[in-house]
Amino acid sequence: MSLPPPELHPGEAAALAARTAARAADEGVAQIAYAFVDSPVGRLVAVATPHGVARIAYELENGGLDSILDDVALKLSPAIVEAPARLERVRRELDEYFDGRRRDFDVPLDWALTASGFRRRVLQECAQIPFGATSTYKAMAVAAGSPRAFRAAGGALGSNPIPIVVPCHRVLASDGRLGGYTGGLERKRLLLSIEGGMLPV
Amino acid sequence: MPRENPPTARLPPFQRFLDAHRDDVLRFLIASLGRHDADDAFQETFMSALRAYPRLRPDSNLRGWVLTIAHRKALDVHRARGRNPVPVAQIHERAAGSATSAADGDPPDHWQRVRALPTRQREVLTLRYAADLTHAEIARALGCSEEAARRAAADGLKTLRKELRDVPATA
Repeated sequence: MSLPPPELHPGEAAALAARTAARAADEGVAQIAYAFVDSPVGRLVAVATPHGVARIAYELENGGLDSILDDVALKLSPAIVEAPARLERVRRELDEYFDGRRRDFDVPLDWALTASGFRRRVLQECAQIPFGATSTYKAMAVAAGSPRAFRAAGGALGSNPIPIVVPCHRVLASDGRLGGYTGGLERKRLLLSIEGGMLPV
Repeated sequence: MPRENPPTARLPPFQRFLDAHRDDVLRFLIASLGRHDADDAFQETFMSALRAYPRLRPDSNLRGWVLTIAHRKALDVHRARGRNPVPVAQIHERAAGSATSAADGDPPDHWQRVRALPTRQREVLTLRYAADLTHAEIARALGCSEEAARRAAADGLKTLRKELRDVPATA
């Protein structure tokens, strides 16, 4: 005789899985939560630990959701669920920023994806560059305590795990050129123009 | 970004694991418990899985593992029902009136009959036919021999066949 498995209603299992993921994040059983955030610079994936936002990725430029989460799982923990409620604050701040209603981000950050030391110091210095201003790789190297390490400063900024909020787009080459950007130079230009700063040629 | 291990040697992010196995787990739990209790058991299954997940060996059989957890959660519910038995008439009433079963167009099904079988037969048939585990995987999940799993499946099917012969075709 045949015993066909029970039929599921469309979306039934997905809805239950979403409720379970939200509960896992609420109860702290899932250490890490992520959500998609739409923005004028393309869809973002925001990832938070209990300490704060640890990762903002450009979905397409950073290899897609799977690749972004694989990297977080490898470096932090595989206990990762999609839980938009846990990312509500950074979503709201990003919306306000892109709407021109916010100049500084207040959401707590988690630096766990950047090893402590020079690289982390560079990013923390970068986080101090005000809205509308720009700095240089050289100045970042100096501020992080290794004046000659401007290439390494560029490397640290290029692997900034929390772009936009940690504004590595505000760091330019000393000769005034745009330098590089984790999300591609078009996005760097766009972010700088949103902030109304002087654009290098 | 450099990767030191091949992808097979790492656990996927839990969300991907949840998405990959949610349908199988829910089908199994609906077969084993009915829709009414399947939702809670589903959440309990994946919450338990998540608690153990970071310590799991990356090369584990994830599907067999999560269905084994689901099986244990279902067993808990069956045991609780055994302590607080619901009269059969009430079960039928609940199934008929409930928004999550008959009202949604679920046909009265053979899984109701499977749920009434002795424990081991019920377990083997739900794991085999609702969760599509092999007899070897079922034996591991239940901690019995593969032979015992096959025999329980055969016994259960025999009872079902007999019952279906004895009732009118409307069921």
